[in-house]
Amino acid sequence: MIEALQFEFIQHALIAGILVSLTAGIIGSLIVVNRMVFLAGGIAHASYGGIGLAVFFGLPIFLGASLFAVAAALLIATLTLHKRHRIDTFIGLIWAVGMAIGVIFIDITPGYNVDLMSYLFGSILAVSTEDLYFMGGLLSVILLVIVFYYRDILAVSYDSEYAALRGVNVRFFYTLILILAALTVVVSIKVVGLILVIAMLTIPVYIAEKLSNSLFSMMFISGGVATLFTLTGLWFSYTYNLTSGASIILVSAVSLGLFLLLYRGK
Amino acid sequence: MRKKISVIEINNLSFAYDKDVILENINLHVEALDFLAIIGPNGGGKSTLLKLILGINQSKEGTIKVFDKSPKKNLSLIGYVPQNTNVNTDFPIKVIEVVLMGHVGSKNPIFGYGKDEIACAMGALAQVGMQEYSQSKIGSLSGGQRQRVMIARALCAHPQVLILDEPTSSIDIKGQKEIYDLLKLLNKSITIVVVSHDISVILEYANKAAHINKRLSYHDISNKQATFHTHNKSEHFCEIELLQMLGSDSCESCVSENTQEKQWRKKI
Repeated sequence: MIEALQFEFIQHALIAGILVSLTAGIIGSLIVVNRMVFLAGGIAHASYGGIGLAVFFGLPIFLGASLFAVAAALLIATLTLHKRHRIDTFIGLIWAVGMAIGVIFIDITPGYNVDLMSYLFGSILAVSTEDLYFMGGLLSVILLVIVFYYRDILAVSYDSEYAALRGVNVRFFYTLILILAALTVVVSIKVVGLILVIAMLTIPVYIAEKLSNSLFSMMFISGGVATLFTLTGLWFSYTYNLTSGASIILVSAVSLGLFLLLYRGK
Repeated sequence: MRKKISVIEINNLSFAYDKDVILENINLHVEALDFLAIIGPNGGGKSTLLKLILGINQSKEGTIKVFDKSPKKNLSLIGYVPQNTNVNTDFPIKVIEVVLMGHVGSKNPIFGYGKDEIACAMGALAQVGMQEYSQSKIGSLSGGQRQRVMIARALCAHPQVLILDEPTSSIDIKGQKEIYDLLKLLNKSITIVVVSHDISVILEYANKAAHINKRLSYHDISNKQATFHTHNKSEHFCEIELLQMLGSDSCESCVSENTQEKQWRKKI
């Protein structure tokens, strides 16, 4: 394993793994406490439409996927505020239509044979320097938002009705959380792929929830736990020549099982 | 006797969702240091009236004034304790952070809380007898304790009037009494408005009662001996007699509601 560290693509994979794990830990916490897991799943799959469009128009994949995912997040935010009782139907719709758009646009792109699997299950060994900048940039933005708006985000997440009465702009923060979730999903696609991203956003958070007594410590612990899982999963992937994204998720799931067994006694 | 200050003043208020009339021609005057109990059947409009007082809903007919201004302008003078404090108990949040939420929306320092805010929140917790739990996770408290924390959160912003929506709906009998004793104590300096299903309990503590079922019938019950002739020294009112008395006064629909409420009570 040590000799592998001299390869640039391995270094990139490790840095990307750490950056994305921290991001997923923080945003995953917000997604879980706001009961938005299904929403994030919808956005993740819809973002495949953005990948298809980016391939067709020759744009950077991250840009296309980000724009599309943010658009899906805004749509979901609007629908949640106006048609809350039908939101599951709309998410299912956005989920499937986004993917269909992606598949069709890749079909009609002349002479381009994109590897669908690499987006669905991740391609962490193909992380470029630009990808790393994008991941680092997103993590910085998220940290800034948390530092400046921690109290408002906490109030909106815990009791949005009361937050609204105290003059907090609930709609703004709700939309902000969804947009950050959409961007987190996009950067996670490189590491675990858009099908497995939901596990990365929820498993570390579930463990952290049991161990923390504040939202802040929950974010901190989930970030650490996610990093541990990602690095362990990458080690398995490298040693036994397995798909990296699936290895990370299975390491997480097995750890969660062990954690729950040990934790139950306490 | 000094002149009473008007806390909430509602005149000729009507409210409808689309074409369903929820409230009709409501008049209500809450004075300083009143302890008002709002009772009535489910769907009778109690929660809607609260939402109007809090400025969440807007009425087209009639006026609502809170301290002589529209509710939205005087929100900082209202302390609100919502229903269902048992939701979201998995949320990782400390008691003190919940109370500090009472300050949210005001000007705040970047990340964390000011020293004065924490002192104020601890003071509010002391008022409800919960200061030793300030670092506990909210989910580890009992229903009654959690309700006290919610009251502390409302007190944190130093309100002039405290509005509670069914504060004891999910608390055991002992906890209910403790909550009402606490409210009675707070009532020495704050006006209190409580929506409740606990008719007998609320009438032992309240000095005014409003029965709402689309319309409102209002009763001054500060002199309980005179109002309820059935009242003896056992400290407990017979609920059914109370309902008959409150309903029969002016509101014809209350008579039919009596049977409904009785059936509802039997279910518990």
